[in-house]
Amino acid sequence: MINSQNISLVVNGEPVSASVPNRTNLVDFLRNQLGLTGSHVGCEHGVCGACTLEVNGSMIRGCLMLAVQADGAEITTVEGFTSRDKAAQLQRSFQKNNALQCGYCTPGMLASALEYVEAGGGADRAAIRQHLSGNYCRCTGYQSIVDAVVDVIEQGAKQ
Amino acid sequence: MKAADFDYQRPSNLEAALDLLDDESGDVQVLAGGQSLMPMMNFRLAQPELLVDLNGLEDLQFIREADGHIQIGSMTRYCELENSPLIQQHVPLFSKALPHIAHVAIRNRGTIGGSTALADPAAEMPALLIALDAIIVARSRHGERSIKAAEFFLGLYETALEMGELIASISIPISEAGCECGFYELARRHGDYAMAGVAITVQTTNPISEARVVFFAVSDRATRTEAVENQLNGVSTLAGEEMKNAMEEIGKLDFHGDLNADIATKQHLAKVVFKRAIAEIFS
Repeated sequence: MINSQNISLVVNGEPVSASVPNRTNLVDFLRNQLGLTGSHVGCEHGVCGACTLEVNGSMIRGCLMLAVQADGAEITTVEGFTSRDKAAQLQRSFQKNNALQCGYCTPGMLASALEYVEAGGGADRAAIRQHLSGNYCRCTGYQSIVDAVVDVIEQGAKQ
Repeated sequence: MKAADFDYQRPSNLEAALDLLDDESGDVQVLAGGQSLMPMMNFRLAQPELLVDLNGLEDLQFIREADGHIQIGSMTRYCELENSPLIQQHVPLFSKALPHIAHVAIRNRGTIGGSTALADPAAEMPALLIALDAIIVARSRHGERSIKAAEFFLGLYETALEMGELIASISIPISEAGCECGFYELARRHGDYAMAGVAITVQTTNPISEARVVFFAVSDRATRTEAVENQLNGVSTLAGEEMKNAMEEIGKLDFHGDLNADIATKQHLAKVVFKRAIAEIFS
């Protein structure tokens, strides 16, 4: 059994080459081999959303993709989001609205919220809740998270 | 948990993939979107020796119109179906149902072929394909065959696919004028697996004809119910005696309880989703 592969990919704008075991999922590779611990590992079966990150422009579950599948891919984690306008605004808005307590869900929550805001989603609370329904938060009750996303959208509309 | 170790191959064309699948000596598993297989592997419910990753096969990624059908490559992702003008125009049942399938991050990876091959009784796709009278095109090294959706789903995670076969494409007849569709599901949270759901297609030109009513998340597989369809066919709207009969027939389905709802709850919810889907069609 050949149980590892060499992969080359771009992570947060930087080219990376590594040998990864076949069984290692993408988020474990990013955390354990590259030291990018921003993406969290929660349920490991695609339910909690804590590992949500961007692969080739789409938000995906980092625990449901193998690292070997990321060969040739362009990946952005929460560490790389900050250079994007809307991400920085969301981070400030999360802080201002107390949209986090323990912070475990926050990187994934930011990733999903960023996808919604960048796609031009409206300040409709029900639509925001639906978009974030795949990200669990056990602290805030979601109210303040939705507030934070609404604030960013409404500020964007004023500008 | 983490997946057990496995060998990994990512073929770059369909022929190479079929050659890898033709090996009867080992435990070979096809990896499509991975949104169900990866959790199963992480739970060690699945421990294949060889994983054949289809994500490099561009010849399985397409949505096109041909011969009165919409043909969809099996590696087409849910997000691509959602955004496709062809699907929006010709397969409105998909447009209604897709937002209920898990969450955006899952739909960005999950594929139509993967969900069809898995045959999860609580998943939407098998019910949609039966309601749409779709044809599933299976390929192996030994050739190609077409299987009607109604004959494809045989039981709990069981399909008509044979060893060495994979789903190459799915073909959906373009509906005629006057064909309406309805979809309704009840889940604990948006995007969760349904506790009960139904997909309906029907000709609404008076009187109603060609009704197809398919329930999911109520039994061991997506279940078409001709006894309920018979109450719809031939009337102008479903009410009174026919609705009462339809409710009785729904109660006779072979209900299976699961973690989300027991049999009595599913019996009740199946009637609720049916009434709501019908109300949406005839509103």
